[in-house]
Formats: sequence, structure tokens, C-alpha cells
Amino acid sequence: MAEHFKLTIDGQTVVAEEGMTILDAALASNIYIPHLCNHPDLTPVGACRMCGVEVDGGRMVMSCMTPAKANIDVVTDSPDIEKSRKVTMKLMIMDHNMDCLACEAAEKCDLLRVASYLGIQPDQLENMRPLGRDLPLDTSNPFFQFDANKCILCGICVRTCEEIVGLSALGYINRGFKTVVGTFGNKGFVDSVCESCGECVVRCPVGALVPKKPGIATREVRTICAYCGVGCGMYVGVKGDQIVSVRGDRESPVNLGSLCVKGRYGFNYINHPDRLTSPLIKKDGEFVKASWDEALALIASKFKESKGNKFAALTSAKCTNEDNYLVQKFTRLVMETNTIDHCARL
Amino acid sequence: MKNENRTILICRGTGCESSKSAQIQEVLTEELEGTDVEVKFTGCHGMCQQGPIVVVEPEDIFYSNVKLTDVSPIVESHIKKGEIVKDLVYQDPSTKERIPTYHDIPFYKRQKQLVLRNCGQINPEDIEDSLKADIYKGLEKALTMSPMEIVTEIKESGLRGRGGGGFSTGMKWQFCQAAEGDIKYVLCNADEGDPGAFMDRSVLEGDPHSVLEGMIIAGYAIGAKKGYIYCRAEYPLAIKRLQLAIDQAREHGFLGTDILGSGYSLDIEIFLGAGAFVCGEETALMTSIEGNRGMPRSRPPYPANEGLNGKPTLLNNVKTYTNIPIIIKNGSAWFAGIGTDSSKGTAVFALTGKIANSGLVEVPMGVTLREIIYDIGGGVLNGKKFKAVQTGGPSGGCLPESFLDTPVDYDSLIEAGSMMGSGGMVVLDEDTCMVDVARYFLDFTEMESCGKCVPCRLGTKQLLSILEDIVEGRGKPGDIERLEELSHGIKLGSLCGLGQTAPNPVLTTIRYFRDEYEAHINDNSCPAKQCKAFIAYYIEESCVGCGLCLRNCPVGAITGKPRKIHTIDQDLCVKCGVCHEVCPPKVFSIEIRTGEKKTEAFKIPVNDC
Ligand SMILES: Cc1cc2nc3c(=O)[nH]c(=O)nc-3n(C[C@H](O)[C@H](O)[C@H](O)COP(=O)(O)O)c2cc1C
Ligand code: SF4
Ligand code: SF4
Repeated sequence: MAEHFKLTIDGQTVVAEEGMTILDAALASNIYIPHLCNHPDLTPVGACRMCGVEVDGGRMVMSCMTPAKANIDVVTDSPDIEKSRKVTMKLMIMDHNMDCLACEAAEKCDLLRVASYLGIQPDQLENMRPLGRDLPLDTSNPFFQFDANKCILCGICVRTCEEIVGLSALGYINRGFKTVVGTFGNKGFVDSVCESCGECVVRCPVGALVPKKPGIATREVRTICAYCGVGCGMYVGVKGDQIVSVRGDRESPVNLGSLCVKGRYGFNYINHPDRLTSPLIKKDGEFVKASWDEALALIASKFKESKGNKFAALTSAKCTNEDNYLVQKFTRLVMETNTIDHCARL
Repeated sequence: MKNENRTILICRGTGCESSKSAQIQEVLTEELEGTDVEVKFTGCHGMCQQGPIVVVEPEDIFYSNVKLTDVSPIVESHIKKGEIVKDLVYQDPSTKERIPTYHDIPFYKRQKQLVLRNCGQINPEDIEDSLKADIYKGLEKALTMSPMEIVTEIKESGLRGRGGGGFSTGMKWQFCQAAEGDIKYVLCNADEGDPGAFMDRSVLEGDPHSVLEGMIIAGYAIGAKKGYIYCRAEYPLAIKRLQLAIDQAREHGFLGTDILGSGYSLDIEIFLGAGAFVCGEETALMTSIEGNRGMPRSRPPYPANEGLNGKPTLLNNVKTYTNIPIIIKNGSAWFAGIGTDSSKGTAVFALTGKIANSGLVEVPMGVTLREIIYDIGGGVLNGKKFKAVQTGGPSGGCLPESFLDTPVDYDSLIEAGSMMGSGGMVVLDEDTCMVDVARYFLDFTEMESCGKCVPCRLGTKQLLSILEDIVEGRGKPGDIERLEELSHGIKLGSLCGLGQTAPNPVLTTIRYFRDEYEAHINDNSCPAKQCKAFIAYYIEESCVGCGLCLRNCPVGAITGKPRKIHTIDQDLCVKCGVCHEVCPPKVFSIEIRTGEKKTEAFKIPVNDC
């Protein structure tokens, strides 16, 4: 059990756990500190400079980088903190494509949320110069696109790919104002080691990395991915009788919310017109629709004739471990042969 | 003529080498073959503008701007007959006086060279020469002391970091010594990213063994087994000499296992940086050595506890390390006797800009800006009026004339709104536009910002955009206040020293030269007559019609008949200033007009008289 201790945030005594940062402790106690580059899954970097607090009357430190300690006195707002946050936010707004109605992120956008929390109004931007970026859109990935003009360089995608996915397909390119997030040689996602898992897309706090076909579901169903034996937990978003979105289930002990490209984006086969929806039996050279009883009876009769070395079984990684186990048991005991293999045994 | 003990020193620092000092050495050696005159090359004397420099010992005669053809006269007359070649010795650029003796030259007379003590004196590629200069004697003594005693000695000396921040070196060593860890690192910061600075390069090129000696003592004091010198790849000569020094030190048992039989072992490697300014910042430097993009890390944790590869790490500047051996040899009390109450020892500056004598200057802390600029630097170039002095590089500020009596030490400069930095000192004259100076520095910091944190990445760009608008004639009322507000926010919010200090040039120029900003914004005028948007070239009635300007104008904007007053077509003029340069000084009829007078220039019709 992690050790618990008390500290004061804005005059309120709160309880925190060993290992928490001040930001974690505040958020866990429903005290909001604005932040953009922090993500609960990732190592903090203190880059957006929004979450500044003063500890025991000292100089401003970033609460995402500072461990919570027993008995410290934290202030989340002071004239200096406010000045710093407001200037920082105004600078971001002047560098951002603020066409929010046309943006995929819309109400999910953290930039918009923090800006309105800080009460930034257009008249406060007087005399500031638009910094004008016109970087090309990277639409090379089949499932998502990247708009560097909307990127706030929080680095969440970079850290996600490094720390969670383990690929490091993304990094920083150039220096100063010209800094952008990109793949090796800035050649675009499709020409990189990116595996299109979309973990970065899920975490991007603004509309810079967005799915190409964002589905708006009316309800979600908790299920297990049908693709492979890992069995990732997922929520499938449904609109009418169609599946329109998929997201990882953070509560699932198997994947802790992560998904791969197939689980996340490969669901259009479900409603595809070519999908088989009933067994087919070949009669006179033509596949004909059949009932399950008919099909199973046919299979059983053929199996009976094929015991021993006439029989071989090949199983699939799309099946669960339990299913695979049963097939090999069935092959050896019932079909009386050891000719059993699996697609993953390459 | 007897030539016992006669030595000829030829500077082969980067400056002098680029003006053929290596060939001069060759020719000298050839001409003196068979004599007992020793010809040796050294590192930099600091007055690179006067190079190549040749010094003749023991008389201490200083030949400057030596050309290949000067070698024969020097040999024939000075070496063979003992007659100094008067026409080749140093000439003061302002008084035109010839001053033969090295240490009578005003530029050197007021200096106190501790860090530069061996530069220009020893052959940096020959460890024997270094040993003759008592280098490594400090290490020998240090190895008889306990690490704790060394830290105490450095603390008591009052030495503060020469890399810019001015943190107590002894305290830093103490933290690192106290930090728990089986692996510790000692690093030397030789990134030297400030534009125009070359102090560290000169020390590395001229006295590499003293830097190593300081590092080895530091390594012993904190218990480091491995050291890196982070040097920019743009310093090929420094790297070559450092590597040579490391190899020689290893052969002589000053580096490697069981140093001088003490049981202490340390190895030092050079790490080549790609020259980003931000890589001089301590955490970025460590990230870079780790093989990653050089981006600073938020502190705490501090490097003393978690530095390179997450291990306790000590980082000091080249000049900081160079001070160590003499503190150990001469004792902390001796060092603490030099300088002011809070800043001990000396300050090294690269003095440049509109100054008569530019070069490397080392003075005791506490000397005033006026003494450096006028007594050592010989005052403003070409008799122009002094306007400001910029110290601290892109992190520093511009101080006006009223601050000339400010003592040069860490705290006084900070109080005045500037800082010591790692040593640039740029003198600005009356022809300098202060808004443009701020723009220049922001242009640098904007480009060099690593891009990690928002206030620096976007703030420097925003400041730069506003400053560009002001100097290009698009300034708006309220811009000054906006610049101030942004500057304060950027200083508060930035992650590392780069962003935290980047607004300083803006804030100090507003503080001391606000009227220039106002003139640009409100009066359509650039008081220094530099910003093209605000000036017009105008030919006065004193014009004699010689036609020089007319022939030289690249766009044909000047018309006029011979011996009649010429006119400039303001719509065609591109403000290159050629006419102003070519107009004979006696006539001097081209005036640069700004503000209301500029508007008048436009009103005058093209006359045809
Ligand atoms: C942007 C930036 C650039 C820096 N560049 C240098 C440099 O080129 N050389 C240097 O010695 N210190 C530089 N510093 C200071 C270092 O971070 C560090 O404080 C110093 O090397 C410590 O050595 P010292 O205690 O001996 O001064 C820089 C700091 C910042 C913020
Ligand atoms: S793309 Fe999104 S997640 Fe990545 S750095 Fe930009 S804003 Fe952050
Ligand atoms: S202050 Fe500038 S250089 Fe330093 S971390 Fe921030 S962006 Fe990078």
C-alpha cells in the first residue's frame, strides 16, 4: 500500500499518495490546475508552462514535475502565476488556427478549454501579431491526418509513441518557431516506422492529430476485440445499426486502453456487403447458402471419413487460446493424428 | 649579437593562423636555422585584430600585423643586430603611436591575466613546455589533499562559475561530492555559443593542459571516474590541441588509471557538439551527450544529483576550470584577495563592436565599464560618440553612458539590468539604433530556442515580430507596453535560462532608450538614422556637382548636371547609402533625414538647375 500524507493546496487540506506530483494530488482532490502537456499515462516534461504553482512561498515551479510532499503549502494562483499563464496562452492563440467550428477536436480541445478557463478575450490580443503558419497537411496515413498548424507541441504524441508504443516514430524537427513534430526526415507517417495504431491520435489534446473518419456514436458497447488471441478490451461506438468508432478500454487488464491498428481502425468489415453471414455449401460447383445444422452435419460426416493421416488442422491467431487448445485436443484424440499447426508458428 | 635565451613566439591561435602565421613560423625557423634562437608557437594573445603577432623575448617586443615579407627585416635587424624594427612593432590605432614593448601597450597594461596566464606564452602542443610553466603542479598538490579539503578551499576562494550564471563553484562541488552514487561524471562546458565570444576557444587552443588539470582536480574532489569535454565541432583547432593534450597527459600519468600513484583514476573524452546555442545550457548539454536532441530538462532534479545518464554530474565552464589549479597552488586567500566582496578573481571579455582595440580582455572583478572601454579598449572607434555597451550576449542587456561607472561584477551588472554572461562585451556608438539591436538579439534567440516550451518558442517569435514591425515602420501605439508585458511573462514562464533571459535586450533597451522606440512608433523617425523605413538621403545645397554619387548609385536615382546641385529621386532610392559613402568628405553634402525632415525631403520637387 502506498503511503498517504496530507498537504495544503489553496488553503484546503488534501490527501495524496506517495509518488504523486502536485498536479496529480490537486486533480485527485478536484482542484483544477490548468495544464496541456501533462498526460496521466506519460512521463511529465513541463513544456507547456501552464501548471505553475508556488510551494511554501517560493518561486513558481511546474506542478506536473514537482513531487507532492507531506505538509507543503501549495498556491495555484498568484499575480505572477496568472501573468505567466495568460501571456503563455495568448502566445499560443496567436500561433493557432482558431477556426474552431471547422475543427475536429471541437469541444474536446484542451486549448480552447484552458483559454476560456483563463478568461482570454479577443480584445486582450490587441497589438499581438499573428505568426502565420501555413504548413502542409500530412494525409499520408490511411486512418488519421496531421495538421502541424494546429499542433501545440505538447509532445504527448512523441512520448506516447516512445513510452507506450515503444516505436519512437515521432520526434521534433527544427528549432525555435520552426519546430514541428514529425517522423524521421519529416517524410510523412506513411513512409515512417509508424504502425498506425493511433495511440497518439487518441491523446492529442487539440485537433492536430485526428482520425480521418471520425464517427460520432450514440451509444457504446463494451466488448473484446475479435481480431486476435490477445483479447484487448474495447468500447465499440454504435450509431443506429452501424459500428462507427472503437476505443480502448482503460479498465481492461489486458491492454490498459491501448489498441493496435486493426482493433482501432479495422472495423469496416463488420458492415461490409461482401461479408459472409451464413454458411455456404458448394453444390454443383456453386456456393449455396445453408443453415448451421446442415453445415455442421456435413462437416461431421466428412470428419468421420477422414480420421488419421488423411486429416490435418490449421488454427488461427484470431481464435482465443482456449479455442486453439480445444482444436489441438480434438485433432489428436478424436481425429487420431498429430498433424496440427497454427498460423503463428512461422 | 648573442642570442642566449632568445625566444621568438609566434601566435597560432585561430585568428593568427587564418592570416598565415604557420607560414611565418616556417620561414622564421628556416632563416634562423643553425642559430640558438628558439622559435616556438603559442596560443592567442587576445588582440586578434592585430595578428599575426610575433613576440621577441627576452626584450618583450611585440610585432603586430606581421607579413611573410616582414620576417627578413626582423631577423636581419632585430635578431642579428639587436635593433628593433620600429616600423613593424605595434601601433596604437587611435594615437598612431608605436609601442614596442608588449606590456607597455595600454590594452595589456591594465589587464590581470589569470585565466589567460599561459595563453601566448607556452606551446600548447608540447606538454614539456606546459610542465616548465608549472602546469600539473596544482594537481600534484591537490592529490595530497583530501577531497573535502579541496572543496573547502574552492568554496573559500569565492570562485563563481564563469559560464554565465555565477553560481558558487565550491557549493556546486560540495553538492556533487555529497550526492550518492557509484558513478559520477565531471563535465566541461566548451560549447561557447554566445555570438562573438571566443574566450573559451582561446584558452582551449592556448593552454589546454590547464583546463584538463582543473577538471582532474574537480573529478578527484567529487569522485568522478569519467569526464567529457563538450566542445562545438566548429572549433577544430581547439579540438585537435585538446585531444593532443589528453593523449600527452595520459602518457605522463596525469590521466588514466592511478593518477600519479594516488590510486585515483579518471578518463576524459571530448564530445563534439553540433553548435546549438541551447546545448550550452547544462541539462541540454547532458541530453546531447546522452545521444538525444539537445533539449533542456525541467529542474529539479538538479544535475548534482541526477545529471548525465541520471548520475551525479558536475559541469563547469572552461574558464572556471582554468582558475582551479592556481587557486590550489596559491591558496584560497590569495584568490579571494582579487576582485570585489562578492565577485572574486577576474572577468574575461571578448571586447568588440565600435571600439578602437578589440580583443580578449581579462581584468580583476570590480573594474568599471569605463576603464575597460576607454583605458583598455581605447575608446569608441573613429571618435564617434558612445551610446551603449552590451554585455552578457543574447541574455544580457544594453547599458547607457550613465552606467559607465558600474563595476564589472556579477551582482552590479544584474542590478543594472544586464549580466556578466559568459563574456561578450559589445560597444555601440551613436550610429546604432537601439530598437534594431533588440531586434538583432531576438532574431538570434528566436532561431536558437529549442522549441520545447511555449513562452520561449512563441514568445521570442512574437517579440521579434513586433520589433520587426517597429523598425520597418509598422509600429503601433501600445507596442512598447505589449513588449514589456510579453517580456515579463516570458521571463517568468520559460523552462530554461535561454527563454528566461531572452527578453533582457528588449527590456533594457526600453528601460534606457524608450525615446528611440517612441520616435519609431509615433514620430516616424529613427534617431540613429539607421532604419531604412524612416530615412531619406537628401543632397544639400553645398553639393558641388562632382557626379560621384550619380555614377555610383546602383539604381540611377540621382540626377543632376555637372557642377550643379544634384537631386535624389526618393521613389527610386533604395537607401543603400552608397552616395553618402562616396560624397567627398570635404563637401559632405549628403544628409540622412528622418522624421519630419524626411517628409520634407519628399516634398522637394526634382529640380533641374
Ligand atoms: C542558453 C544557455 C546557453 C549557455 N551556454 C553556455 C556556454 O556556451 N558555455 C558555458 O560555459 N555555459 C553556458 N551556459 C551556462 C550553463 O548552463 C552552466 O550554468 C555552466 O556551464 C556552469 O558552469 P559554471 O558554473 O562554471 O559557470 C548556458 C546557459 C544557457 C541557459
Ligand atoms: S500533434 Fe497533438 S499530441 Fe502531438 S505534440 Fe502536437 S498537439 Fe501534442
Ligand atoms: S526556454 Fe527556450 S530553450 Fe529553454 S526549454 Fe524553453 S524553448 Fe527550449
